[in-house]
Amino acid sequence: MDETLAKKLRILADAAKYDASCASSAAPKRAAGKDGLGSTTGAGICHAYTPDGRCVSLLKILLTNWCLFDCAYCINRRSSNVRRAKFTVEEVVNLTLNFYRRNYIEGLFLSSGIIKSPDHTMELLTRVAKSLRRDHGFAGYIHLKSIPEASPWLIEEAGLYADRLSINVELPTEASLERLAPEKDGAAIQNAMAQIGERIVEAKAEKRRFSPAGHSTQVIVGADATTDEALIRKSAHLYGSVGLKRVYYSAFSPIPDGSAILPPKPPPLQREHRLYQADWLLRYYQFTPDEVADASEGGMLALDIDPKLAWALKHREKFPVDVNKADREWLLRVPGLGARAVDKIITARRHATLRLDDVARLTSGLKRARPFLVAADHRPVGLTDRLDLRARLVEPATQLSLF
Amino acid sequence: MMQDGAVVATHQEAALPSPDPLRGPPSPAEGGGNARAPQSILLRPGADLTGFRDAARRLIAEGIPPEAVAWAVTDSPGLFGTETAQAPAAPLALPKPVAALIPQVIPHRDPERYGLLYALIWRVCHGERHLMEVGSDPLVHRLHRMAKAIGRDLHKMHAFLRFRRAEDAAGEHFVAWFEPDHHILEAAAPFFVARFRGMRWSILTPEGSAHWDTETLTYGPPGDRASLPEGDGFEAGWQTYYESTFNPARTNLKAMRAEMPKKYWHNMPETAAIPALVRAAAGRTDAMIEREPTLPTRREPARAVAAMADQDPKTLEALNAIIKRTEPLVPGATQAVLGEGPSGATIAFVGEQPGDQEDRQGRPFVGPAGQLLSRAMAEAGIDRGASYLTNAVKHFKFEERGKRRIHQKPTAGEVSHYRWWLDRELDFVAPKLVVALGATAVLALTGKAVPITRARGPFRFDRFEDRVQGFITVHPSYLLRLPDEAKEEAYAAFVDDLRRVAEIGRELAA
Repeated sequence: MDETLAKKLRILADAAKYDASCASSAAPKRAAGKDGLGSTTGAGICHAYTPDGRCVSLLKILLTNWCLFDCAYCINRRSSNVRRAKFTVEEVVNLTLNFYRRNYIEGLFLSSGIIKSPDHTMELLTRVAKSLRRDHGFAGYIHLKSIPEASPWLIEEAGLYADRLSINVELPTEASLERLAPEKDGAAIQNAMAQIGERIVEAKAEKRRFSPAGHSTQVIVGADATTDEALIRKSAHLYGSVGLKRVYYSAFSPIPDGSAILPPKPPPLQREHRLYQADWLLRYYQFTPDEVADASEGGMLALDIDPKLAWALKHREKFPVDVNKADREWLLRVPGLGARAVDKIITARRHATLRLDDVARLTSGLKRARPFLVAADHRPVGLTDRLDLRARLVEPATQLSLF
Repeated sequence: MMQDGAVVATHQEAALPSPDPLRGPPSPAEGGGNARAPQSILLRPGADLTGFRDAARRLIAEGIPPEAVAWAVTDSPGLFGTETAQAPAAPLALPKPVAALIPQVIPHRDPERYGLLYALIWRVCHGERHLMEVGSDPLVHRLHRMAKAIGRDLHKMHAFLRFRRAEDAAGEHFVAWFEPDHHILEAAAPFFVARFRGMRWSILTPEGSAHWDTETLTYGPPGDRASLPEGDGFEAGWQTYYESTFNPARTNLKAMRAEMPKKYWHNMPETAAIPALVRAAAGRTDAMIEREPTLPTRREPARAVAAMADQDPKTLEALNAIIKRTEPLVPGATQAVLGEGPSGATIAFVGEQPGDQEDRQGRPFVGPAGQLLSRAMAEAGIDRGASYLTNAVKHFKFEERGKRRIHQKPTAGEVSHYRWWLDRELDFVAPKLVVALGATAVLALTGKAVPITRARGPFRFDRFEDRVQGFITVHPSYLLRLPDEAKEEAYAAFVDDLRRVAEIGRELAA
């Protein structure tokens, strides 16, 4: 790889890394034809991990970090003094293919700063995806960042070649958007997301290909005063109204040449982790946004215990739950029991009466679950009601610090 | 690949040949008593699925319980061979989850794997058909964990294996060296075939190698790390990417090591960057937080920012240029067929999509249906030249049957894909009355399916609010498809509709 290209890669990978999404999952299983290249496995593959513990799955780069927008939280805002670079369409295509052939990546995640106009930028992004698919028979994963300000037909063209489209909400409230991202328009973002959601549903019904791995978004946590409760309510709304596959929560991270109107210090990374857990409660554990709010204090989730445990501690009268009898819905409420463990319990108890040792073989979260469970040989006498129960279940502080 | 099965030999046999070597010792059910010696089963090294299967079939058929079997592995070919002439035992009918688990556990390096699997099969065949559902059973639990370990090993091999590009007489050749924890080379290879089908590649491991020549997969002897090609021009670039995508403000070594244990690092070029990245991380983060915000050094691009907000096509011509250069949603059409007629026309007609003739000529309503429409318009007193004619969908969609291109109705999704253009187009033309010809036009204008027969006549399209009047009638191609006897009456009704359209048009123009 020549020096100029390497220099561009350095700048444009650095500029793209603040997008938390790296998933290469949910695409339908497929493999390239005879002379083609690439496949998707359904589950996605992480090809490496960087020392921040995050996975490297896709080649995540910007087409350019030149940008006409001036979003305060963004390293690429037009008033920032970072170094700028721009790839050509062919350079991105070649880089993707060459990395892919060496099994470094699952595919490409391409985004861009806005140059000339949103339409112009969107067209360039689509040209990369189209060239990979058409000219090179590339069947690997492609995630394109859609530009909500681009014309709707361009966003729709992108969906023909991408496995996933995403539009970042970034800031959860209209007021924050106005203050921190003056060129962005909350209504336009919402409309574009709804448009993509509709097209995905239609294409599925008509067995056409359109962003088959769904669409997702990212919100920045800690750049404004929005509470966890408000973030979760916003996510619940997005899952319901535009059929999002995922919301990514990205703890605001200090950036080189940061803006003066941002908070000087990042939020604890644990906050991001708790938001993901609460998000899972919504999607896989039949919690309502109200119940998640109920698990928080003053709208903020506890950092030292997970939200499901927080909810259970507030509702001790509903526990303990009998592993041998309780409905799935109630087993899902038991702290420490994951959805998969619950399914295994339900299958196993058809054939055997479960004792505590048995449960230990079905979940790795028995320590947290114990005070809330009844098994054939176990009854948490008094334990459920102990005042110091919370203190007993708090994760040790060494695990709290991610450093 | 190994073809022959395992040998079932008893120690007893070796000392004192039994009268029926195929039968082995009598099973407990046959009153064998305590005196019997364990059966020793010899399997090939690695993942000997075939050998295990043959042995398990025979052992079950003979009623030999797990505690009476000793499993051993040998790579000495002398011990196989002559005995393979034994008649193969009948296949076992096992529940699906059991059959699925066996190949997932066989590659495990734990020498107990065969015995554990046989114990599972035994129990399943002796009254515990649903054993696999009891995840809390210690045996099932252990086998599940072994299968999970194999799954993880496979996943890591798919993820962390790195090819190096080399060139030889036959051209490009990609070579990788990998050290899996278990005997998974053969289980892992199909993934690489599906993904790198068009490439020539070899994967070398300490236990064996796999080679793909773009058509056939072959397995060979163990490889040697030293035989890897020297370097690769893209490894430095990849390391550059790896360094740049790392965020020093989020350093979390524990999470990295949990997912990418150190044992894999020496075969991954990018990991050479890790020590330096970690050393510098804290300093880089502090510098970012402590650094005073800077003032922009570049001039504010005020004009570019203003121009950016102004990207929408400003004229019908500009919009048409976009439509013209966009590819059809469903491949096949020769060209986009644009609307036709004067901008500012009082009446706009919206049809479904171009047909065969329209697609060839690039003009709307020039085929048989278009000619019928012209005739009916003339009879109703509408000047076609003064009206605007367009279609909801701008590209012809068809199915080829011999030499003919048979029209295919656009799907609802396709119609909504094109509706952005129709919307803007009608905004530019700004007619006073929009006539929807047929169901597709109605769908494009209302966003929902409306039965034509009931809605026929004046209609309010919500999207126009009250600025533009609406009217619904049939598409002329519908008339062409009717049987002759019905045609005349339907045509008359169509002309009647158009007369009302003409009348409304005159009122609106006045």
